[in-house]
Amino acid sequence: MALLQIDNLTVEFETATGWFKAVDGVSLSVQNGEVLAIVGESGSGKSVAMLAVMGLLPWTAKITADRMLFEGRDIQKISPAERRKLIGKDIAMIFQEPIASLNPCFTVGFQIEEVLRVHLGLDRQARRARAIELFKQVGLPNPEERLGSFPHQMSGGQCQRVMIAIAIACNPKLLIADEPTTALDVTIQKQILDLIMSLQAKNGMGLIMITHDMGVVAETADRVVVQYKGRKMEEADVLSLFENPKSNYTKALLAALPENATGDRLTTVSAFFDGTPEPAQGTGLGANA
Amino acid sequence: MTDNTMLEVRDIKRDYELSGGLFKPKKIIHAVKGISFKLERGKTLAIVGESGCGKSTLARMITFIDEPTAGDLLIDGKKVDTRPGRLTHEMRQKVQIVFQNPYGSLNPRQKIGDVLGEPLAINTDISAEERRHRANEMLKKVGLGPEHYNRYPHMFSGGQRQRIAIARALMLNPKLLVLDEPVSALDLSVQAQVLNLLADLQDEFNLTYVFISHDLSVVRYIADEVMVMYFGEAVEYGTRDEVFSDPKHEYTRTLFAATPRADVETIRQRIAKKKAMAEA
Amino acid sequence: MADTIIDKAPAAVSTAAMRRQMLKEFWFYFSENRGAVIGLFVFLALVVIAVFAPIIAPHSPFEQYRDAVLVPPIWTEGGRAGYLLGTDPVGRDILSRLIYGAQYSLFIGVFVTTLSLVGGILVGLIAGYFRGWVDTVIMRLMDIILAFPSLLLALVLVAILGPSLTNGMIAIALTLQPHFVRLTRAAVMAEKTRDYVTAARLAGAGPLRLMFRTILPNCTAPLIVQATLSFSNAILDAAALGFLGMGAQPPAPEWGTMLAEAREFILRAWWVVTFPGLAILITVLAINLMGDGLRDALDPKLKRS
Repeated sequence: MALLQIDNLTVEFETATGWFKAVDGVSLSVQNGEVLAIVGESGSGKSVAMLAVMGLLPWTAKITADRMLFEGRDIQKISPAERRKLIGKDIAMIFQEPIASLNPCFTVGFQIEEVLRVHLGLDRQARRARAIELFKQVGLPNPEERLGSFPHQMSGGQCQRVMIAIAIACNPKLLIADEPTTALDVTIQKQILDLIMSLQAKNGMGLIMITHDMGVVAETADRVVVQYKGRKMEEADVLSLFENPKSNYTKALLAALPENATGDRLTTVSAFFDGTPEPAQGTGLGANA
Repeated sequence: MTDNTMLEVRDIKRDYELSGGLFKPKKIIHAVKGISFKLERGKTLAIVGESGCGKSTLARMITFIDEPTAGDLLIDGKKVDTRPGRLTHEMRQKVQIVFQNPYGSLNPRQKIGDVLGEPLAINTDISAEERRHRANEMLKKVGLGPEHYNRYPHMFSGGQRQRIAIARALMLNPKLLVLDEPVSALDLSVQAQVLNLLADLQDEFNLTYVFISHDLSVVRYIADEVMVMYFGEAVEYGTRDEVFSDPKHEYTRTLFAATPRADVETIRQRIAKKKAMAEA
Repeated sequence: MADTIIDKAPAAVSTAAMRRQMLKEFWFYFSENRGAVIGLFVFLALVVIAVFAPIIAPHSPFEQYRDAVLVPPIWTEGGRAGYLLGTDPVGRDILSRLIYGAQYSLFIGVFVTTLSLVGGILVGLIAGYFRGWVDTVIMRLMDIILAFPSLLLALVLVAILGPSLTNGMIAIALTLQPHFVRLTRAAVMAEKTRDYVTAARLAGAGPLRLMFRTILPNCTAPLIVQATLSFSNAILDAAALGFLGMGAQPPAPEWGTMLAEAREFILRAWWVVTFPGLAILITVLAINLMGDGLRDALDPKLKRS
């Protein structure tokens, strides 16, 4: 049984010019302990799909799916209260803007202890001990002192470490990382990616890595879903995606990487891809599932 | 050699004063701590560094947006008087900038035609018709068309906006273009197009580029010379091949090691490692 | 180097079609707010009434019918056919006076709003653009004005200038102006740091061009919203001044003045105060609702996308 299985998910928004399909019939699944990368450019609907799973979209979004199973339970059908219990505990998420994701009015210690209180019901002492342990796990120096810091007193990398600590506080089974390193510098990105990957390996949780960066995909993923304009273009394990991409869109993306430049001009996407969001023939749906 | 130097920077510095509160003493932050380089006509210098290293401050000094605290700027062999009000129109026209964020660098209430025509309207007495003609020519050069002349910026995608920003920078026929992270806000596929456009324009107008970036793969592709900045200092400076094949400074090596690689070999190694870990 | 498909251009459209599209989008967001649409229609009706007052009104607003003093509204006992909403203590038709009063109210709104808007934008632009001591002086001055209750300040000013509608309007404009100064200044300060302003500066634009051509057009949305709210404020304040005898002078059919004139008949003849009061209430409410809708449509932060 897959940890998370989504069949035929569609998310629509109403705009001045009619309904806009941000996600159009996407199916995907993640196994326990697997790293799935969802890669796509802006407007590909890669974040929206996961926000729909988390129930974090505004009420104006119309979400339809044949099935949205987490550990065999359909999260479309459970009550809001049950869903709240699930989210933040069994499914956790980290976001792109670490500083903006933390409440500037409270210390980071308060914010992590709040999660521990709500989801695990620990008493004050246990909460503090667990928070310090978590801060140690994510590599924050002087965890005891750090608990009393406010988000604005910390750097972006440190804030992202706090966000990760909050996300893994309840030992989630699935971690969704939405562009976790895009706002960070390269050297910090490396540290954060290493941290996420080591935590993933140690806790054996499923990980969905949403990113636009092919480098990040190459460094982290087991399996990759490529999205374009709300549609899934390709799904493959990471090695075959880079070695032998099936869809023209993936080919185009890889060719556009500056490190793959041949001659003195880059290959542009148009050389391979005509812009129709149709998946390539023979793309194995759920090849690994 | 000397007569072919487009831009020379001599020991340029920039300090910011933070006015501490009532009881705190004033704090001086050295954003750029004495940087020197020479750049030949038609070449590209890439300045690499992470946020807060002073690369954008340097870019703003080269384009006369900020005044240097100390040091000299020589453009086309002539020393530039950067004090406010002393800058000549002629100098201003020689250097232009393209900003990182194409969504913030175009006036939302200005039609594209006016965006492109504005520099001409301010600096020259060319007729409105001629301005229109030149704006249309420039639109064609950056891969857009005359049909875009009457549109507003919000009707364009990020890549198209960056093309427009490039077109605007080129309207006054500058010789030096400072590109402050021009592709880092763009999608991968669009990034390739804009980089190609920049290369084409450099060939056509013999432009000199100062290319600010944090993305090493882009720098490797576009630069002739590379400077790595770290806390306001240039820790590494040399030709592209020198810097990439034999980095001298510790920080440069850290930077290279941290850059994610998207090639099959790396993936193979990683998967092999993971398997070994799982079996162990 | 042609555009590729990913970087696709929007289909070619003419300027007129574009404007229609923008208008359509505006209406989409505006009409989401039902109260705003109702407010808009009430306001439009008010404009029509004001413009065509001489045609619509059944009587002259000044004509005193000696045989019909304090006639109650038509549907109550003792009502008379010719006087739909009854007459006032000197026998003038209330409906006609209310209809002509709409002219006053709209004129007050337009005049006061324009005056405070123009003044506020100018002062705010200067404060926000130049900062430093200019900004400090201006803002402290505005703080002082804001520290007074607006009606009290208006009263003081009218007392100095002499009671008349024009002086009342100038006084109200002055008390409303600091809001525009603050809004403009905040917007200018936010916009000034944007890259497009730097780009215009690099193109050689001088301070005046930067202020009026580059920055100001991007600050209009909050100003429009504030202007509608000031419009209703102006009407309300003018009515209050009129009620206190410091605004429009009798026999002008201004709504506040009408209330004041009828004060002593409140207990005997409810209609002489109720209808002018209702007119003020409905107008102010309609304009405020409209302002709310405008905010929804113009403020990008509130837009859902």
